[in-house]
Amino acid sequence: MMIVAPRRLALSAPGFLFAVLGLGALLVPFMTIAANRIVAGNGIMVWDLAAPAAMWPGLAAVVAGLLLGLSDKMTWARFAGAGLGLAGVVVLLMLGAPALLEGAGANARVSPSVGFWCLLGVFLLLAADALAGMAPGPLMRAGLLAMALGALAAVLWSGALDDLSILLEYASRRDAFVAATWQHLGLAFGSLAAAAAIGFPLGIVCHHQARLRSAILPVLSFLQTIPSLAMFGLMIPVLAWVGATVPGAQALGIAGIGFAPAFLALVLYALLPVVGNTVAGLAAAPEAAREAARGMGMTPRQRLWRVELPLGLPIILTGLRIVLVQNIGLAVIAGLIGGGGFGTFVFQGLNQTATDLILLGALPTVAFALTAAIFMDILVDLTRTMPEPADD
Amino acid sequence: MIEIDGLTKTYGDTRAVDAVTMTVETGTITVIVGTSGSGKTTLLRMVNRLEEPASGEVRINGTSTLSVQPHLLRRRIGYAIQGHGLFPHHTVARNIAAVPMLLNWPHDKIAARVDELLELFSMDPVQFRDRYPADLSGGQQQRVGVARALASRPDLMLMDEPFGALDPIIRARAQDDLRRIQQKLGSTIMLVTHDMEEAIRLADKIAVMDAGRLVQYAPPAEIITHPATDFVADMVGDVERPLRLLSLIPVSQVVVDGPAEGAAIASDASLRDALSACLWTGRTAVPVERDGVPIGHVTLDAIRACAEFQP
Ligand SMILES: Nc1ncnc2c1ncn2[C@@H]1O[C@H](COP(=O)(O)OP(=O)(O)OP(=O)(O)O)[C@@H](O)[C@H]1O
Ligand SMILES: [Mg+2]
Repeated sequence: MMIVAPRRLALSAPGFLFAVLGLGALLVPFMTIAANRIVAGNGIMVWDLAAPAAMWPGLAAVVAGLLLGLSDKMTWARFAGAGLGLAGVVVLLMLGAPALLEGAGANARVSPSVGFWCLLGVFLLLAADALAGMAPGPLMRAGLLAMALGALAAVLWSGALDDLSILLEYASRRDAFVAATWQHLGLAFGSLAAAAAIGFPLGIVCHHQARLRSAILPVLSFLQTIPSLAMFGLMIPVLAWVGATVPGAQALGIAGIGFAPAFLALVLYALLPVVGNTVAGLAAAPEAAREAARGMGMTPRQRLWRVELPLGLPIILTGLRIVLVQNIGLAVIAGLIGGGGFGTFVFQGLNQTATDLILLGALPTVAFALTAAIFMDILVDLTRTMPEPADD
Repeated sequence: MIEIDGLTKTYGDTRAVDAVTMTVETGTITVIVGTSGSGKTTLLRMVNRLEEPASGEVRINGTSTLSVQPHLLRRRIGYAIQGHGLFPHHTVARNIAAVPMLLNWPHDKIAARVDELLELFSMDPVQFRDRYPADLSGGQQQRVGVARALASRPDLMLMDEPFGALDPIIRARAQDDLRRIQQKLGSTIMLVTHDMEEAIRLADKIAVMDAGRLVQYAPPAEIITHPATDFVADMVGDVERPLRLLSLIPVSQVVVDGPAEGAAIASDASLRDALSACLWTGRTAVPVERDGVPIGHVTLDAIRACAEFQP
C-alpha cells in the first residue's frame, strides 16, 4: 500500500518576513507634507492620501506583490510579485502627491516617508531574493538591469512624480545637476582609469618581484586606512603647495581645493584594490599550468598574456568593481572641498537642513553605485572562462 | 645524443640531484626510476633548463644547453609536466596546439596535427576537440598533456610520469603507442616513472635514482639480473625477477619448428605471455604464429631456461 504524504503549502521564509514587514510598512506614514522645503512635515497614512477609490488599485498591487512573494517554489512568480509591488508603490506616490498638494499653499512640499522607503526596500529585497533563486546568466542579468533602468527613466521622464519635493529641488537646479553628474562620473571613472593605468603595471611588476610586493602592498593598505575626510583634507595643503611651486601646475587647474585634490584622493584609495587584485589574479593560474607554459618555451611576456592574465581576469576585474563602487560613493566627499559632483547637493542640503536636497545628491549616487556593481558583476562572470571548481 | 655531465642541484642543504653523469643515445627511450623524492623530476627539468644546476652541464649533440636562450631551447624539447598542467581556459585543441602556435605553424597544419594526435591517443577529435580540460577524466587530461608535448614533433621529449593517472589497460596501450610513435619518428625520450614495470616495458636503458644519485644506468635485462645495489634489487623485486626477465624476451627468439596443441600466440608476444598460456591451459608447449600464419612452437622447458639466473 502506498502512503501519500499530505501536501504542505510551501512557504518561503524570507517571503514571509517580507510580507510581515511590508504589511507593517503600510501602518506607518507613507508620505509627508510640509509647509515649505525647510520645516519638518506631517506624516500621512496611505489611506489618507486621497479618496480610497483612487488608492485601492495601488494598495491591491502592493498586497498582491507581497502575497506572490510568499511562494517557495515559483521564483518567477516571486520576481513578478516584486515588480508588481514596486509598480504599486510608485502608483501610490504618483496619485498621492498631487492630491496632498491640492489647496496646501504655494510653498508646500510633499515627500515620500518611512512607509514608502520601507516598501521600496522590501520589494527590492524580494526581487534580489527571487533572482538568487533563478540564478540567471550574465546576459539575462544585463537584460533585467536594462529593463529596470528603462522603467526608472520612464517614470522620471513621464513627469508623473514631478510634484515630489526632491524633483522640485531638481527642477530648480537642473543645469547644476547635469554638471554635477558629469563631475561625479568624471571623478569616479577618471580616478578608476588613472588607478588602473598606475596599478596594472605596478601589479605586474609586484607579481614578478616578491621583495617589491612585500614593500608596496603594506603602504597601499595603510593609505586605505586613512579616513576619507582626513584624506581629502590632507590633499588640500599638498596640492596647494604643488599648485604654488610647480610651474604650469596652476594652468592645469591644480590647486588646494577643487577637482584635483579630490581626484588624487580617489586614486590613492583605488590603488590597493587594483594592485592587490592584479597580484592575486596573476597568481591564480594553477602552478602546473604556469610551469607547463614555461616548459614549452613561452617567454615571460607570452606567459603573462596567454596564461596569467586570462586566468586572472575575473579577479582583476573584481578589483576594478570594488574601486568603481567605492569611488562613486567616496566622490560625494569631493563636494566638501569644491571638487563638484553629487556631494555638492548633499553638503548644501546639510547646511540648509533641506532633506530633499540631500537626497538629490544621495539617491543618484546610490543608483549609480548599484548599477556599476551589477554591471561589473556581469562583466566578471563573462570573463570567467575557467570553469568553477566543482567542489567549493 | 644527450650528455649529462656532473649535474648537481641543491636546495639549501639537500642535494636533490647529486653529480649525475649519463649519456642518452639518440633515438632511444631512457626511463628514470626511483622512489618519491629521489630527484627524478629535478634531473629532467635541468635538461630543458627549467631548473639551473648548481654545477655540471647538459650537452645536446655536442652543444651545451647554456649556449641557447632557455625559451628557444624549450621550444625544441617536448615536455609533459607531472600532473598534465593543461591550460584550464583553453580547449583541448588549443592546448595541443600551444607549441605549434609558438612556432607559427600555419592554421590548417595545426588543425590537422591536433586531430592526428587525438586519434593517436584514442580520443575522437569531433568529440574532444572543443572541450575544456575540466570536462575530461584524469586519464584523458593526461593523454592530452602528452599529446601537447608531442605536437611539434620534437627530436627530444621529456616526460614526467606521463601515464600515472591511467588505468592498467589504457596505460598499456598508451605505452605501446608511445613506443610505436618513438620508433617511427626516431625521437629520443627521457621518461620519469616510479613504476619498474613501466620502465622495463618501455626502456632501452633504465636509470635508477636513489636520494639524488644515479645508482645504476643499464639496459633492463642487466638491471634485473645484475642489480648494482640492494636498492635496485628492491626496486626490481626479488620474487618478480624471473617474470620480468621473461617479459623482455619475445617468443620469436626461442621458437622451434613443429606443431603444438591449442590456441596460438603471436610471435611478438613475450615469453611471459607464453608461460602464462602454458600454465593456464596445462600445456607444455604453445604454437606460435606470425600474422596468423603458424611458424612453430615454444616449449615450457625453453621458457624455463630463459628465466633461469645465469651469472
Ligand atoms: N623548489 C624546491 N625547493 C626545495 N626543495 C625542492 C624543490 N623541488 C624539489 N625539492 C626537493 O628535491 C628533492 C627531489 O625532488 P623531485 O621533485 O626531483 O623528486 P621526484 O623524484 O620527482 O619525486 P616524485 O616521484 O614524488 O615526483 C625532494 O627532496 C624535494 O623535496
Ligand atoms: Mg617528480
